[in-house]
Amino acid sequence: MDAISYQRAADINGAIAAAQRPGAVFIGGGTNLLDLMKGGITHPVTLIDITRIAALDRIETLPDGGLRIGALVRNSDAANHALVRTRYPLLSQALLAGASPQLRNMATVGGNLMQRTRCQYFYDTAFAQCNKRSPGSGCAAIGGFNRMHAILGASAQCVAVNPSDMSVALAALDATVQVSGPRGARAIAFTAFHRLPGDQPHFDTTLQSGQLITSVDLPPPMFSDHAHYLKVRDRASYAFALVSVASALQLDGRHIRTVRIALGGVAHRPWRASVAEQLLAGRTLSAATLREAAAAELAQARPLNGNAFKVGLAQRAIVRATMLAAGPYGAAGSPTGDFA
Amino acid sequence: MSNERPFDAPCDHDDASQPSPSDPASRAPADVKRRRFLQSAAAAAALGAAPHLHAQNAPPTTAAPEAPPPAPARPVRLEINGREYVLHIEPRVTLLDALRDYAGLTGTKKGCDRGQCGACTVLVEGRRINSCLTLAVMHEGERITTVEGLAGATDLSPVQRAFIERDAFQCGFCTPGQLCSATACLSEFAAGTASAATADVRTRPAQLSDAEIRERMSGNICRCGAYVNIVAAVRDAHAAGA
Repeated sequence: MDAISYQRAADINGAIAAAQRPGAVFIGGGTNLLDLMKGGITHPVTLIDITRIAALDRIETLPDGGLRIGALVRNSDAANHALVRTRYPLLSQALLAGASPQLRNMATVGGNLMQRTRCQYFYDTAFAQCNKRSPGSGCAAIGGFNRMHAILGASAQCVAVNPSDMSVALAALDATVQVSGPRGARAIAFTAFHRLPGDQPHFDTTLQSGQLITSVDLPPPMFSDHAHYLKVRDRASYAFALVSVASALQLDGRHIRTVRIALGGVAHRPWRASVAEQLLAGRTLSAATLREAAAAELAQARPLNGNAFKVGLAQRAIVRATMLAAGPYGAAGSPTGDFA
Repeated sequence: MSNERPFDAPCDHDDASQPSPSDPASRAPADVKRRRFLQSAAAAAALGAAPHLHAQNAPPTTAAPEAPPPAPARPVRLEINGREYVLHIEPRVTLLDALRDYAGLTGTKKGCDRGQCGACTVLVEGRRINSCLTLAVMHEGERITTVEGLAGATDLSPVQRAFIERDAFQCGFCTPGQLCSATACLSEFAAGTASAATADVRTRPAQLSDAEIRERMSGNICRCGAYVNIVAAVRDAHAAGA
């Protein structure tokens, strides 16, 4: 790892001021940043340690009935907070599906939003081609080993996927990211926070240089009864998703009043399945209806040579996650039938 | 990473606060001296090789935007296993390297050094973390427990006894991390935390089933494949009220 200088920020304004210097980077849990530094992928000059800013390490209810999760709250603390578990179980499930207990004890909510792709070609500097690491150099994954890569929303420049589980749940829950910067604070709708790669894959998010994430805000709970996070991966735990689905429902019996579905492991950002949502709203819950909606969503998929299996896998995962979210109302549809 | 330590940085244990003669850590001087000799020899070998390796490995396309300013070693105070240490270290030194190379506590193992294996697991303020993916300087003033600190003055901890009883290891390299992880796993379960194996996260998991143990211990990889016995040991330690 390169030599670095280190500065501990006492408060939000101090952190933002320190971050205006060239090469300054915030460090929270450090679980991804230090990995990237060890791999020679990221070269910060100064690390601004924000972990002692107490104001960012709180979970508090909002006046509208929502919940504010401070950017420094550890993934394990967010997952196990009583209000998250009871009001937003989808978020607890997604957090607990990610990484390992040790990593969740370190990783912060803000840092989780900022984690980089796990594309092998991005991580291995022996490969010169990576538009995300070295803009303009090309993409080694498109013609390479791309089993883990994107099937939706990719570009000719980049087929990397966002690796976060937490973010998939936050996309489904319509969260808001609060950020502060030298020109003040702003709120970013969750689905506008992460980007598609387009011709600038070196930008993962719409966060601007020198801005600090201060919290993730959740709207009042709507899906505490019917929500499920399903993660499909190569081993049972401690692995990134091939495909994951966050599904949340408001039901009147078997009538779908509201539905939110987001996918992980398939795109450069958490993929909100708006085509499927529109087809399902107001319909009666059944496996056939879900299959139809999932097929419509994945009709826009453009698989690579190594990941065509994800197209069918994502459809089956949507059906299964939504049936499990429906609980007893989904049981009759037998999620373990055709779509097990 | 130890190969990249600057040549003027202190690299033996003299920067740790001196243990008192009655302190258990100051016993076994022969072992310590032998280890120190081996470390010095390794460091000398690394000195010759490091500049060449560094030049070869530096990828031309990922050069830093500007040369990093010098980052001198600074004193960092840590409370490790109930003792205060003041380590003179650079900011880039991980907690793992600080424990092994500066405090001389080599019980904590470096496996992958990238957060993928769990061999480096230690407890910080009672919580298990991967010491390879955190900087020591960020833990200034915090309480750290390594495998050397799990046992009491005269007895092994219940988790350690259960691992021996169940033969929950083969080569033993992952064991310090497994022991620290299992210790925290049991306290987390006692505190009512949920896991990905918990059927309904809205409620407290009823019992520490084998599925719960496997999920909660999944951050510690054992290449020998002693998992069956590790699960049994954690189950036993839980039943014994550890």
